Amino acid sequence: MSELKQTFNSSLGKKLIMALTGLFLCVFLIVHLGGNLLLFKHDNGYSFNMYANFLTHFPPIEVIAYILYLCIIVHAIYAYILTTNNRHARPVDYAVHTKSPVSFSSKNMGLLGSILLVFIVIHMGDFWYKYKFTHSVGYKEYRTNLLTNQTTVTDFTPQTADFEHSQSFDGDTEIIRVKDLHSRIVASFSIWWYVLIYVISMVALSFHLVHGFQSAFHTFGWVHRKYKPIYEFIGTWLFAVIIPLGFAAMPIVYFIQSLNK
Amino acid sequence: MSNANGTMNLTLKVWRQPNAQTAGKFETYKAENISPDMSFLEMLDVVNESIIHTKQDPIHFDHDCREGICGMCSLYINGRPHGPKRAITTCQLHMRSFTDGETITIEPWRAKAFPVIKDLAVDRSAFDRIQQAGGYISVNTGGVPDANEIPIPKVIADEAFNSATCIQCGACVAACKNASAMLFTSAKITQLALLPQGQPERYRRVQSMVAQMDAEGFGSCTNTGACEAECPKEITLTNIAHMNFDFFSAKLFREEEVHAENHGG
Repeated sequence: MSELKQTFNSSLGKKLIMALTGLFLCVFLIVHLGGNLLLFKHDNGYSFNMYANFLTHFPPIEVIAYILYLCIIVHAIYAYILTTNNRHARPVDYAVHTKSPVSFSSKNMGLLGSILLVFIVIHMGDFWYKYKFTHSVGYKEYRTNLLTNQTTVTDFTPQTADFEHSQSFDGDTEIIRVKDLHSRIVASFSIWWYVLIYVISMVALSFHLVHGFQSAFHTFGWVHRKYKPIYEFIGTWLFAVIIPLGFAAMPIVYFIQSLNK
Repeated sequence: MSNANGTMNLTLKVWRQPNAQTAGKFETYKAENISPDMSFLEMLDVVNESIIHTKQDPIHFDHDCREGICGMCSLYINGRPHGPKRAITTCQLHMRSFTDGETITIEPWRAKAFPVIKDLAVDRSAFDRIQQAGGYISVNTGGVPDANEIPIPKVIADEAFNSATCIQCGACVAACKNASAMLFTSAKITQLALLPQGQPERYRRVQSMVAQMDAEGFGSCTNTGACEAECPKEITLTNIAHMNFDFFSAKLFREEEVHAENHGG
């Protein structure tokens, strides 16, 4: 046990922890973006609310979710430890700094990561916490006529405060009652400064991952010329362009929709 | 470049510090009638001569071979280790790389693990201790073995040679925003890890040299690449990846214990 402890307490071991937790968070981003594309479906939030309900009630996903929260915390704590050690390694700074030919991202991972941590706190506080631990999220009732496939939607107030989800049938009509996270999102994304926070955070995410993703592989020691270009390509296009753009599109589209109402 | 007389007049801002315990500060000196063909160290020699004539303490700086192979010179010039040119040491830097009338700021390498001895000279014995922790191979005594007795592929020999060109000057530490010694340490590890002669101690070596590097108080790598850009011998960041790979192989997949002694500086 002490040998493992020694390994992960070494400078390289700490970097390995950063790389492993970071890559796990990267994988999560793909799943998170994929699921949240349901926000672009014009069905009064039906698919999205059902998806949110599924995520919070399917035990394997709940287990993975707690691993995810742990990864965020470990990634942040180790980043703090490493950054502090790195600062101490140069007690007296240089008087002159030239613009060195290295990327902005790699020099500012700590700053970008801090922006993201603040964002995660705001983001989870507004949606995850309110959804799971408060009664401030409303409910929707979706009545679908199974013959015509027509859905009508109404607000719904449950009898008990801890009501989560129900499915029942009334003749040819399917009645689904579910927590309405979608309306919470519509409300949040109609505030301009809230949208701005999201967009800025996604810019930070882009810069964080353009260095972070490929840097993780470098930490593992995987730099062979055969596959280095592959993860550099994925790191740049998927993690620094497509994913941040996809996430930023959600608040922007909802904000524009709120203006038209 | 030079003025009408073919010489240069410069202002130097030089870090003066009596020893590691006393705080240092910048002093300004005039360097006059400097030939553009002088090396940077020769220019400092000229300045020092005039300082000595006024019975003052000359500027202390490290130097030895003055042909770019010993790794002793170590000046941080205008915000860059070994000055503005790529892939050279300070002694290979000529005054024609500066302009007449320019102000040049000269600082020592700045790292906790490299304490200032005096002025611009820093104590780089941390590198020696890292090297002593495992940067060697075991060779049997006896007759000298025949050359090329052990076949080594050309590609491997070239790669090992590239790593072996490290002169331990410490520019990587000086350039790194984290004052990390990983480029140096990884070059020394990779050089031997690639060659057949380095195999017996390969996994023990990487563990003990990394342990010593950590004990010396250097920072960690963030894969930024400032070291690679400033290295006078153009040692690549790939060496660090090699070191990481061997380190994790040794720690997580191999039954090889290391009892690293000699920790701490």
